[in-house]
Amino acid sequence: MALLKKASDAAQKHGLIGGFAIFLAVVSFSSPEFLTLGNILDVIRQVSITGMIAIGVTFVVITGRLDLSVGSMLTLLTVLVVDQHNQVGPAIAIAYTLLASLLIGMVNGYLIGFMRLNSLIVTLAMLSLLQGATLFYSGGSNVNVTNPQETWFRFFGRSEFIDIPVPVWIFFFAALVGSFVLLKTNFGRWVFSIGGNETASLFSGVQTRWVVLIAYVISGFGTGLAAIIMGSRVMGAQSTIGQGYELTVLSGIILGGTSMLGGSGTIWRTVIGVTMLGFVQNGLLLLGFAYYVQWLVTWAVIILAVWIDLAAKRGRVFV
Amino acid sequence: MNEIILTADSILKKFPGVIALNRVSFDIRAGEVHALMGENGAGKSTLMKVLSGIYNPDEGAIHHRGKKVIIKTPKEARELGILLVHQELSLSPELSAAENIYLGDWPTNRFGIVNKRKMNAAAKIALDELGCNFGPEVLVRNLSIAKQQMVEIARTLVFNANVVIFDEPTGTLTTTEKDQLFEVVRSLRKKGVAIVYISHKMDEIFEIADRITVLRDGEVQCTVNTSESTIGEITNRMIGRDLDQYFHRAKAEFGAELLSVNQLTIRGLFKDVSFSVRAGEVVGLYGLIGAGRSEVAETLFGVRQKDSGEIIFDNQKVSFSSPKQAIEKGLALVPEDRKSQGLILGMGGRHNMTLPHLSLYSNMGVPRVDKELQVFEDYKTKLEIKTTGPEQLLSDLSGGNQQKLVLAKWLCAHPKLIILDEPTRGVDVGSKSAIHQYIATLAEQGLAVIVISSEMPEVIGVSHRILTMAEGRLVGEYTGKEMTEENLIAAVSGLTAA
Amino acid sequence: MSNSVGVKKDHTAKTMTSIQSSSLSILRIIRAQHIWVFLLICMLVFSFASPYFFTLNNIGNVLTQGSFIGFLAVGMTLVMLNGEIDLSVGATLALSSALAIGLQDSIGIWPAIIVALLSGAFFGFINGALVALSGIHSFIITLGSLMGIRGIVFIFTGEEALMTSDYSYTEYPEIYLGPVSLTAMIFFGFALFFQWILSKTKHGLETYAVGDNEKSAHEAGIRVRRHKVINFTLCGLLAGVAGVLLSMRLGTAEPNAARIWELWTIIAVVLGGTRLTGGYGSMWKTVGGVITLAALLNGLRLLNTPNYIELIVMGTVLVLALILDKTLTSSQSR
Repeated sequence: MALLKKASDAAQKHGLIGGFAIFLAVVSFSSPEFLTLGNILDVIRQVSITGMIAIGVTFVVITGRLDLSVGSMLTLLTVLVVDQHNQVGPAIAIAYTLLASLLIGMVNGYLIGFMRLNSLIVTLAMLSLLQGATLFYSGGSNVNVTNPQETWFRFFGRSEFIDIPVPVWIFFFAALVGSFVLLKTNFGRWVFSIGGNETASLFSGVQTRWVVLIAYVISGFGTGLAAIIMGSRVMGAQSTIGQGYELTVLSGIILGGTSMLGGSGTIWRTVIGVTMLGFVQNGLLLLGFAYYVQWLVTWAVIILAVWIDLAAKRGRVFV
Repeated sequence: MNEIILTADSILKKFPGVIALNRVSFDIRAGEVHALMGENGAGKSTLMKVLSGIYNPDEGAIHHRGKKVIIKTPKEARELGILLVHQELSLSPELSAAENIYLGDWPTNRFGIVNKRKMNAAAKIALDELGCNFGPEVLVRNLSIAKQQMVEIARTLVFNANVVIFDEPTGTLTTTEKDQLFEVVRSLRKKGVAIVYISHKMDEIFEIADRITVLRDGEVQCTVNTSESTIGEITNRMIGRDLDQYFHRAKAEFGAELLSVNQLTIRGLFKDVSFSVRAGEVVGLYGLIGAGRSEVAETLFGVRQKDSGEIIFDNQKVSFSSPKQAIEKGLALVPEDRKSQGLILGMGGRHNMTLPHLSLYSNMGVPRVDKELQVFEDYKTKLEIKTTGPEQLLSDLSGGNQQKLVLAKWLCAHPKLIILDEPTRGVDVGSKSAIHQYIATLAEQGLAVIVISSEMPEVIGVSHRILTMAEGRLVGEYTGKEMTEENLIAAVSGLTAA
Repeated sequence: MSNSVGVKKDHTAKTMTSIQSSSLSILRIIRAQHIWVFLLICMLVFSFASPYFFTLNNIGNVLTQGSFIGFLAVGMTLVMLNGEIDLSVGATLALSSALAIGLQDSIGIWPAIIVALLSGAFFGFINGALVALSGIHSFIITLGSLMGIRGIVFIFTGEEALMTSDYSYTEYPEIYLGPVSLTAMIFFGFALFFQWILSKTKHGLETYAVGDNEKSAHEAGIRVRRHKVINFTLCGLLAGVAGVLLSMRLGTAEPNAARIWELWTIIAVVLGGTRLTGGYGSMWKTVGGVITLAALLNGLRLLNTPNYIELIVMGTVLVLALILDKTLTSSQSR
């Protein structure tokens, strides 16, 4: 049993990374573009956006729940920040956007934490609601920042600081803060305990309802930050800009080794998972595969990753 | 002598960290009621699960009617005629009685279509024979527990069982229902069925059983004819020493009244519960499962919200909307089911122990690991918890040590009142004694203690005063010499079925 | 598992207390069959709001439009009764649609249809097998399938929609019994058939038993894993049927077809009253949910409400359905 766990840990660390390394080798061989600075910077800029969201969602997942609304949330918030940028200026636009992200997180958190509704379905419903809200707000048309070159808003998505893109800095700091909160604070302890055994946590005096609510607020906030980076990078938004992010984020979290059952996981695992996923997707594109092939690969990898994890936990491969 | 229908030979069954059955040998004859007794964790349920195919033994053999058999699944057991009436009923609430009786074995034709008429007719015959006043088409979720039990028993009739195992069948029954059950058991016996009856209720065993086998810590202590034995001897065999030496009662020195409960009510669970507890006092709360005791405890602790009534704690009227508030005021609850309510098994001892009072060990929201380790070591020594260290996952600890840890978790913050719900369930004898001793120590230190237990010897042994509950109401209060088994049984069985 | 994706069922003896339903039996019936009350309200509201709603023609439309979600919902009901979920039904529908049209020219119309149906069953089988063998919760498995199968659709069709070259293909479902189309009739046929299975056959009883109390079902000798695989396969097959019929109706197969239809499907089933936790529900309830949903969407369109209203209404309705489900279950068992 212990052996299988060690094997799983090894497989996860070395197997996945081993496979990843092989994959990297193959890609760089067939496509010289892969290992260029420009490409790598592009990828990690993109990963920063997914990663920001994933950091927030990790909190939710560790409590044993899901947040599938992040994709539509990202769309709505990006549209919001870009549009408001033109109307009230970047500072207030950012404020609105972050406020909105907290609000949406609170609604999710209330329905799931206080009313104890099923998180899968609630966040699916929110996905639909937010899509509608986006259409309502934008009228279906695209929005664009009117002065992309002059505005200081460009800092978030398009600038660099000591040669490293700003989004990566923001992502990195978010990961540091997130990791600290998760591993070193009382709140983080509560998040883990709820995921481990919610009833026992309640009986031990943990304010489970509030902790879940705050987890969703964190998830929303992460998405809000991501929206700002995205809006700054693209300097525009269409109503499909966030589509599919919820799946990518979840895939990254799963790949990183955080258990969907809750009770375990770390921010850095998520960071690794999301980064690997980002490079895999990029690599597949450079190898000439269409973007939808990524989905298939992600499907296979997720199933494998979760299966290995579960198999180790229970001591045998099949159920 | 009647024919021996089923024997277990030298059965060995292990689970991680514990030997549940240590070379147990056991036999049952046709037309006899053979009682299996022992404390919680002695191995009774495990043995029965082995005989009925739910567990497979690691070593040892089972013989049915003289032939060696290997029973890998409950279905195979059923085909041999061995049926188990579960302690926790294994029925599907949304299906009808008949559909449950034939669960997994519905009479179908070639195409898989269930012959409902045949099924209902056969089910009705069985239910009638048991004296049930409901029909085969009633949904199980609309039946009381006693009636649900009848549905499970009906399976034995329908499948012509030759061995029926009853696992703690009277836990939730009223006296009348228990009598009805015994009628059924007697009629089965008359038909030549071999009956295994698991219970820890001494009086019932002596009423119905022909032979008694006592298990302790996974080993057979003795097998005797009921007529040739006494309650005292059996008790002695079960716990290994005399009752008096076994339990510890704290010195009766009481302080101020800490808790006063008036007319506490939650519709459907309990009604007009009123009692009080003083500092230094150990109040026992005795009753059958379903009486509402745990629910009262949960209400006091803030897990549930009362519909009406008043709770006064430490001279303050309180109404806790969450356990956190109760904890802050100085209450503690050691819940009934430590695995699902008491501990987070996937975490280590340190994390579990400090969880209710994290603020005591943290600086501005950040836990101080050194302080936590200190507390852990303190209580590991005080309660003699056997664990390899503060990070060892609790899932690896034995039941007794797990329970000690739950206790430690609450004690380290020095509560004023502690409620213990079935504190020694599933705990080995040694740890049991230690826990009882500790309860006494706590009372002598000035805590108010409420002990909820369905084990009469335990509740009599540790309490200064016993309250009895039945069907959601407080039905009796006994102190001193009044605390006898007869009084307690009378009190909780006094109400007959509605 | 904590109270989230797979809602944990509590099977200790304590929760199986008798239900002292002090409410009148009428109230009890309404509780159990609340979907029909909703449908009635819905129909009344829209009949007043729009003169076009309560016409025979429109009702026929509602039924036809609803049928596509309906097939998915029937399959989803089976899976949900087991206490599982299938999020990949939309993608499976799209795949079957694409195969039905895409293979027409190479192997003929009816062989293509058969392949399409088989593909649905095949991927349903894969879902079920993965759930049964790996022990991974069905929402993760089918969340993955959602992506993977959609990927396969795109690989097959490329990024453009496929079009049938044989115009008569679109005429196949154009058979009517009054206002009711063949599609709707097939839907009702399937709903009836599966309701019959649920109430009269061994498989049906097993479905309830497994969802209700998997441990007991297993101990009673029911082969739970095999059973679940069957239900997932049926779910996939039904999605395949929906895909074929949709392709006939539209004459095209888009790679993005049925993009969030799993959402509608879940709404319809949960709205109808079938519980996510398993063991409780019926095809009748699902039919009610499907028709109500279709009527709701239809009514909104007739009133010319803009697109976003639909999405917002659907999201809100789903949350309300969940709240309703929760209040009903919690008031039944303390």
